[in-house]
Order: sequence, then structure tokens, then C-alpha cells
Amino acid sequence: MAIGWYLVVSALIFAIGVAGVLVRRSPLVILLCLELMLNAANLALVAFSRMWGGEDGQVFALIVMVVAACEVTVGLGLIVAMYRRGLPIDVDDLRELQG
Amino acid sequence: MSAVLFFIAAIGAVSGAIGVVMLRNQFYSVLALVFHLVSLAALFLLLRAEFVAAAQVIVYAGAVMVLYVFVVAYVGGGEEISSRSGLRIIGPLLAIALAIELCVAMLGTALKGISGKGAPYVPGFGTPEHIGKLFLTTYLFPFEVASLLLLVAAIGAIVLARRRRGLEPDQELEARYHPPRPSWTGTMAEAGGMTHFDEPEARPEGEPVGSQH
Repeated sequence: MAIGWYLVVSALIFAIGVAGVLVRRSPLVILLCLELMLNAANLALVAFSRMWGGEDGQVFALIVMVVAACEVTVGLGLIVAMYRRGLPIDVDDLRELQG
Repeated sequence: MSAVLFFIAAIGAVSGAIGVVMLRNQFYSVLALVFHLVSLAALFLLLRAEFVAAAQVIVYAGAVMVLYVFVVAYVGGGEEISSRSGLRIIGPLLAIALAIELCVAMLGTALKGISGKGAPYVPGFGTPEHIGKLFLTTYLFPFEVASLLLLVAAIGAIVLARRRRGLEPDQELEARYHPPRPSWTGTMAEAGGMTHFDEPEARPEGEPVGSQH
């Protein structure tokens, strides 16, 4: 398959992730949609690495995976802390910082 | 053969992504993401990225998704009411516009490699051996920084999600230290409404313990 097809799939997944972040209200699902976007970027990186025949893009994809794991850990910790304090798990209700 | 595999994996990845966004139940969203990640690992394998595919399945679909499932079970992910704000209409339109824009950019690009099947690669391309050699030579500093970042994130998650004293009454501990007594027993202090024994400052300083009225 041509490399362009992989990039098209990556673009579609990224756009779906953007739609999810904008539409959904639960911070948990928003984190899932962020994962979708990071994975789309990973797919593009690996596709470009295949295109150039070098492995640097794959190393970059692995580092992105590490950063995504860190982001998930901290994000889920925040959600658990919100739940413990009895706050609503809903981004439309959490608007204390909105001016 | 590779084209058939590509289309199966690509349709799986995109439908899994749509499932994450469309499914109302958060638990099903997480399961859809697992499906998406496994399909994506198949795409990585088609791109000759063995080690990335294995890491994707083990780290992402294994460890991270288990964390998600635990948090959904803990928080009690129920059905989510859809948002009433204008983003509900504007969001998908923006996403469609972004997808079209990205596809147009890809079609209009002058990159010649995009229409090809990829450059010729050395044998052993994408194996753990090659990736590990790159990590320990060229990319040693990013590798160490990534390990430091993981450590900081783990400590941060513990600090964020731990039980805090003072913010909430710890009812389990309370019940263990002061089990409720049966009725018509207990002390006069309890009868007078003072149910908590761990407030020594309520008692005047210097007075012996037994001399309460």
C-alpha cells in the first residue's frame, strides 16, 4: 500500500479525536479522545519512518507513547481526586476558573 | 494480501475511533479504544515497525487501558447526557473541515515518497535490536528524559489521588476508632452531644479529664 493511504487514515483518526474532545462532556472520554489524536500522530510518524527507510520516526513514536502514558496517569489521578471531593465529573459543570 | 490487511486494519482503527466518540457508556468507549489500538498495531506491523507494534499492544492496550477500566469502575461511569452548548453542532463540523483540509494537503503535497511504497530498508528494520541501539546511542538523552518523566508522572499521580486529611471526614477510620455504642450505654459527654473524642482543645486547658460536668 502507498504511504499516502496511511496518512489519510491518520488524518481521519485525528479529526475524529478532535470531534470527541469538542463534543463529549466527561473528562474520561476527553482523555480517550486525546489518546486517539496522539495515536494518529504516531501512525503518521511511523508511516514517514517507513517512507524514508530510517528508524528515527519509530523512536519518536515510542517517546510519544511514554508521554501519553504520563498524561493518562496524571489525568486519571485528577479525575479520581475530583470524584473524592464530590465534584461533578463533567467539563460543562466545572467552570470555576472561567472568568 | 497486504492491501486487504491494510483495509481491514484501517477500517477497524477508524470504526474503533468513531466508537470511542459515539458510544454513550464510558466503559464501552474504553473497549472501543482497545479495539482501535489493536487495529493500529496491525497497521504498524504492515509498516515494518515490529517493536512499536509490540509496545502498542503491551503498554497501551494492556497497561494503560487497564488503568482506564479501573478508573471507570471506581468513578462509576454511567450514561452521559449530551451537551446543550453550541459545541455539539460546531464540533463535528470543525472536525470534518479539519479532515478535509488534511486530505487536501496530502493530495496537493509535492512529496514524491507518499505515492510510493516506501524506501528500501535494511534487513532487521524496526526490530527491538535496532530500536534499542538507537535509544542507547543517538537518542540516549531523550530516553533518559522519558524515564525521568515517567517517574515524575507516577509520583504526581500518587500525590493527586491520595486520601487527603482534613478535606473529607475519613469515615472508615472514624468507625474503626469510635465504634457506635448500643443505645442507653456510653458516657455523659456523648449524651450531651459531644460525639467526637478526638478534640482535646474542646476541653479547658489544665483541667483533669474526669471532672466534666
